[in-house]
Formats: sequence, structure tokens, C-alpha cells
Amino acid sequence: MIRLSIPLRQALARLSLPVLIAAAFGTMLLGKADALIAERARVALADLLAPFYAAFAGPAQAVRDTVAELPELYALREENARLREENDRLRRWQAAALALEAENALLRRQLAFIPERAPSFQTARVVADGGGVYARAVLVAVPPGVQVRRGQVALDERGFVGRVTEVGSRSARVLLATDMNSRIPVTLEGSRARAMMVGTNGARPRLQHWAEGTRPEEGERLVTSAEGIAFPSGLPVGVVRWSAGGVPEVELFAHLDRLDVVRLFDFGLGGILPPEAVARPEPRARR
Amino acid sequence: MVGRPEPSPGLLRRLDALARACLPAGLTAVLLVLAAGPSGVPALVPAVVLPQVVFWSIFRPAAMPPPACFALGLLADLLTLAPLGTGVLTLLVAHGLSVSWRRFLARQTFLFVWLAFCGFALGAAGLGFVLTAALQWQVPPFAPALHQAVLTAGLYPAFAFLLGRLHAVLLRAEEQG
Repeated sequence: MIRLSIPLRQALARLSLPVLIAAAFGTMLLGKADALIAERARVALADLLAPFYAAFAGPAQAVRDTVAELPELYALREENARLREENDRLRRWQAAALALEAENALLRRQLAFIPERAPSFQTARVVADGGGVYARAVLVAVPPGVQVRRGQVALDERGFVGRVTEVGSRSARVLLATDMNSRIPVTLEGSRARAMMVGTNGARPRLQHWAEGTRPEEGERLVTSAEGIAFPSGLPVGVVRWSAGGVPEVELFAHLDRLDVVRLFDFGLGGILPPEAVARPEPRARR
Repeated sequence: MVGRPEPSPGLLRRLDALARACLPAGLTAVLLVLAAGPSGVPALVPAVVLPQVVFWSIFRPAAMPPPACFALGLLADLLTLAPLGTGVLTLLVAHGLSVSWRRFLARQTFLFVWLAFCGFALGAAGLGFVLTAALQWQVPPFAPALHQAVLTAGLYPAFAFLLGRLHAVLLRAEEQG
């Protein structure tokens, strides 16, 4: 180190700031005069610092991930609270269900209740719609050797579709619930009142002939009724909808406009069979 | 006076003193490089440098001499895309002002120093704005300068807390050594 006298050193210290400020102006001029120098210096510095940044990238990413996880953790907490609340509610329902099940078992023992046997059914593919004498009917393909009877009930995966009216050796025709000729006895699930569901050839059959004092409620579920021994009771049919004109209509559960596959149930019921399709009268032979 | 002359300091002691002298500027440089990393906040570099330079200039001017300010300013200019020399001049001016006012400022409360520093931050942002405008011969947008001033002023308390602790540690080490 060069030994300097104290006054000289003080003078240098006092001078260094003005000199450096002048140098700063010089730097500015240099950067303005030759932009390439600044660029080159930046690139060199970036080269120098690249390993440092590379080493720093790992921890920085970890910190960033942690920060990004915080809202997720908060959401998780909220979700947890919601799930716990829901769990409590479901537990109450489970208790209620178990109690009802026990009560049900008890009552069945008391009444010597005979459980219904599981109905047999065949699943058949819908191959054509329309045709025949009915406006709303579908033709299902039945493989040969499968026994299909008239009066069997057709359901899709959601609910009631119609009844089998004609049976051929390889096919069967199903009269849909929307057809004008369809009359289905139904039960209003809430009030247990009986009514008739009458097809109109429209998308929604109407509800008629309900008992006085049991007005069908909007949104009430309808199931089939065993009245007339044509149907078993309790097959899901649809929901009551009051139309704008004040007519109770039925929004069917089944999607009758896009039927692919129907299940043909054999409940072993005779009852009222659907009428045979009326054959067209032969034109009278000319005399 | 009769007595033995003080023994010349040993190597370790000299290294210790050197490290202590280099610590403030070195720490500033490291934080500056970290701030220039991909943090997503473009005004972070000047906002990190200015509080440290002003703090050390007020409380420990020997640790932040003008050449160190010059080097830090140059580093900041190179790491950001500011015109070369603007950061250098800003830091040198801030250093000169805080050194000349340090006898007054060092005795004030923290709140007053912070208020004064807010003035520094505004002045530095304004100076940078004016210099950029003069060098590029067009008026740069005003919002980033204001953003930078607010960020700088807001970062000061955190830096003052940490650097104050560091300063106390250095003072204790010097008293023992």
C-alpha cells in the first residue's frame, strides 16, 4: 500500500465524490456514444452470473411453489370444513335410513309380507320408429327363440316407455306412452291418488280423471298403478308439469325421442291387453 | 510516554477487518444480483440498492465509499436495461447527500429517517426519470418511476431493521476486537 500523508489522503477522499460523479457523466456519454459497449458489457455480465442464477434457480422455484401452494392450502381447509359438515349431515341421514330399515324389517315380520319376485326382462334394440297404425310406436328387434308376449311393459334406463302391442317372430311393436291411444293408470306418489295418463301424440301426455280434491302438484312424481292389473305398481313414469294453458301434463323420465334400447319386462300380468292393431279393411271386390 | 508500541495486527485480524469492511457493499451486491433474477418485478433492482446505500452512508459511511457506490450503480445499470450511467449518478448523488446530512439524520428517530428516505426515493426516481428522458430524447412513461419510488420507500423499513441488526453486530465485534 502506498503511504500517503494525511492531508493528501483527506484531499483525495474529498475529491473522490466529484471525480466519480464526473465519471458517471462520462459513462453516460460513453453509453450514448457507443451503444455496443453497453450491450457487450451486459452480455459479459450475464455470462458471468449465469452459473450463479442456475444455482439459485432451485431454491427460488421451491419458494415460488410454496407461495403458489398457499391459496390451495386455504381452499383445502375450506373444502375440509364443508366436507365435515356434509359428513355430519349424511351421518344423520344414515341414522334415519337405518332406523327406517329396521322399522321396515319389523313391520314385514309382523305382516308376513311376501316379497315380490324379481321380474325377468329382455333387452332389445329399437330398430325403427313410426309405421303401423299408431302415430307413436317403435319397432324392436327380438332375436328368434325369445318369447315376447303382448302386454309386456317396456322401460328404458330411466323410466316407463310403453307396452308391447304386436309381436312378430323377429320383432315386436311397442306403443309409446305419448301415443293418442295410450292410457296408462298412474299413481301420484305424494298423495297416492290415482289418475290416468292419456297420450296426445305430443311430447307430454296429459293427466286426466284424478279424484276430486287431489289436485296433482307441480313437480310431483308419477309411478304406475296396479289398477286394472295391466302394470305392476311403482314403475317410475314422470313428473307433473302444469302447462301454460292450465292443463296438467307429464314430463316423462324416459327419453322417447331418442330410444336406443328398451327392456321388455314380463311381470306375468294379464289384465287388459292392448287391442290388436286394426287391420285395414280390404277394399271390397268389384262386382 | 514509556511503553511498548502496539503490536502490528496479525493476518487473521486483518482478514477479519477486511471482511467487516467489505460486508455492506458485498451484501448489497449479492442482493442486487438476486433481485435482478427472474423475480417478475422490474423495479426491484433500484428499490433494493437505494435503501442499503443510503442506510450505510448514514450510519457507516466508511463501509460505503464513493467507489463502491459507483460500482454498485454500474452493476445495477448493467443488470437492468436502464441507460448506462443513470443509476451510477443517482446512487452517487444519494450517497453524497446522505453523507453530508448524516450528522443530523443519525440522531433522529426511525420514523423521521424513513420520511427523509421517502424524499430520497422520490428524488432518485425523479432523477432517473429526467436522465432517461435526456439520454433517450423522449419522455418515458411516468408510472414506472412512481412505482419504483413507492416500492423503494416501502422496502426501507425491512432493510433498516435487518441492516440495523447487522450494524449492531459489527459494532459489538469492533468493540471486542
